[in-house]
Amino acid sequence: MTSAVTAIEGVKSPPTPKIISSTLTAARLGRQYFIDLVFLNTTRLFAFLVLALLVAILISLLIGSLPAMRAFGFGFLTSTAWDPVQEKFGALVPIFGTLITSFIALLIGIPVSFGIALFLTELSPTWLKRPIGIAIELLAGIPSIIYGMWGLFVFAPIFADHVQPWLIKYIGPLAIIGPLFSGTPQGIGMLTAGIILAIMVIPFIASVMRDVFELVPTLLKESAYGLGATTWEVVWHVVLPYTKVGVVGGILLGLGRALGETMAVTFVIGNAHQVYTSLFAPGNSIASALANEFTEAVGDLYTAALIELGLLLFLITVIVLALAKLLLLQLAKKEGAQT
Amino acid sequence: MRESKRICRLVALASSLIISSAAFAADITGAGATFPYPIYAKWADSYKTKTGNEVNYQSIGSGGGIKQIQNRTVDFGASDMPMKPEDLEKSGLMQFPTVIGGDVPVVNLKGLKPGEMRLTGPVLADIYLGKIKKWNDPAIAVLNKNLDLPDQDITVVHRSDGSGTTFIWVNYLSKVSPEWKEKVGEGTSVAWPTGVGGKGNEGVASYVQRINGSIGYVEYAYALQNKMSYALVQNRDGYFVPPNIESFKAAASGAQWDKAPGMYLILTDQAGKGSWPISGATFILVYKSQDKPDRVKQVLKFFDWAYAEGDKLATELDYVPLPDNVVALIQSSWKNQIKDATGKPVWP
Repeated sequence: MTSAVTAIEGVKSPPTPKIISSTLTAARLGRQYFIDLVFLNTTRLFAFLVLALLVAILISLLIGSLPAMRAFGFGFLTSTAWDPVQEKFGALVPIFGTLITSFIALLIGIPVSFGIALFLTELSPTWLKRPIGIAIELLAGIPSIIYGMWGLFVFAPIFADHVQPWLIKYIGPLAIIGPLFSGTPQGIGMLTAGIILAIMVIPFIASVMRDVFELVPTLLKESAYGLGATTWEVVWHVVLPYTKVGVVGGILLGLGRALGETMAVTFVIGNAHQVYTSLFAPGNSIASALANEFTEAVGDLYTAALIELGLLLFLITVIVLALAKLLLLQLAKKEGAQT
Repeated sequence: MRESKRICRLVALASSLIISSAAFAADITGAGATFPYPIYAKWADSYKTKTGNEVNYQSIGSGGGIKQIQNRTVDFGASDMPMKPEDLEKSGLMQFPTVIGGDVPVVNLKGLKPGEMRLTGPVLADIYLGKIKKWNDPAIAVLNKNLDLPDQDITVVHRSDGSGTTFIWVNYLSKVSPEWKEKVGEGTSVAWPTGVGGKGNEGVASYVQRINGSIGYVEYAYALQNKMSYALVQNRDGYFVPPNIESFKAAASGAQWDKAPGMYLILTDQAGKGSWPISGATFILVYKSQDKPDRVKQVLKFFDWAYAEGDKLATELDYVPLPDNVVALIQSSWKNQIKDATGKPVWP
């Protein structure tokens, strides 16, 4: 690359530097300035376009959901009703489903991703790094509907026949977490949706974690090893503190995918507007409720209620992002106090 | 309210742009119900080879079909749920049925063969209300003395999307169970008291096939093609009938279309020894007064051809053609109701 560039320069640039300075006339400078200006404004336009798009989406969601807001007010957030016949709608069930499935996804996804990244950067023999790294990137590229179909046709039957009966038998009778693992082994439901989501977010989180772990200067790690630290101590006290912003960023990327994931969740969550205590029971998420019902929503209020669900998903995502930024700021402040 | 209408109009405009760009190739366009899509597509294909005229049908769902025709972005709309006479009047539309189909309850129990289980309307309603929870419940056992019913939880499967299939199902449950009518009611989507939701007939079918101890409802054609184990349902006259072309036909022939204003007739719970109780027709919607009479005439010509020549194709795809007397009635309503700008009938 660099050799090609110098070759082109070699052809273009005249033999002596004196001539270059004499050719830089005012007109050429003016043209350069003009081109720079156009370039600046074009890129700025592109950047502002994103902002404008965001605002436009927010405004159209707000306008679209006005009828539902007028009809239900804040009760929309706390009601579990979802009755298209009586036109009574509430968002609690989908909000609950979205948050719970995403929480399960992160609960499983973060430790596994951490393990993958740790293994790839610190422990893996060199010849194994590339195949595993490529496999993770391939997993990230699989369309979500494939995960959904795999979840329904392959994972759910195995889960229902072999895993759920065991969980119901041995964990079901326990005191506090027992009710979460009881009911009929159907294979589909909130827990299945969470597990499928976990599989979907792992490649995202793992590849970001691996990339940031690799940025840790070898000098720091070698120093820690030199002082007699174990691999775990190096990771916990050197690698993680050095990369925490990147790690949190990766987790957020995964959370963003989990919150908004539609097709895969629709396949396995069971699509029922009810609140159950058991994780084996069906539920609904905001995205899958929209995917299921938008095409056939008859009547203004029904459509408006669905658009308001979309608005809520938008707000949940913004709130989660804001909280994460706040967390990072807090971490940075603490660091300032320590040193 | 007005803003949301404006958005709807924008969406309709956008979709009409898409459709009108397709309309260069196709002569007439229609949109709506997914249930009759296979037969409409087959008819359109065969119609094109016979006459050279193209019919472009998009299966976007019944609700979408009603919206599209109301925005006049298509030449005809299609819906599995008939519009109420007063709604038709309000929007200046008329409707007519094309083919008959129906819902079939399908059951997944180990060792159960198609047609072995017998159910009644009230029992189905109680299962879907969540009142009957086990397969060996006395209400089911008393109907099935020859079956060895397991002590197993019933998993109810319903549609998660709005659908004409759901409409026929809940319309039947409302007719046979006062409690269902009061607590849940009828519509293309309802507040299900219990169960899991699958998207589309294929979604419900795959849930039922995968969850042991489940019961669901699918289009007859789906149950047949997927060889699912359907249940017999007791009809209004007290007979347990299997779902097939004959029992759907029996339900349709007894119906009094001429006495139904706006052809608003749902074929559930019809009288007759051999009639399948959960039958329904699928409908076409067109505007009564036409500023473009040539286009609606093309639509009517297409369906006229389909009534005359399309029965065999329909039967091959497991739809039930309309009886001849109903077709005659439909054609006279075309003549009486569809007018051009000057008030002259468009048909024939």
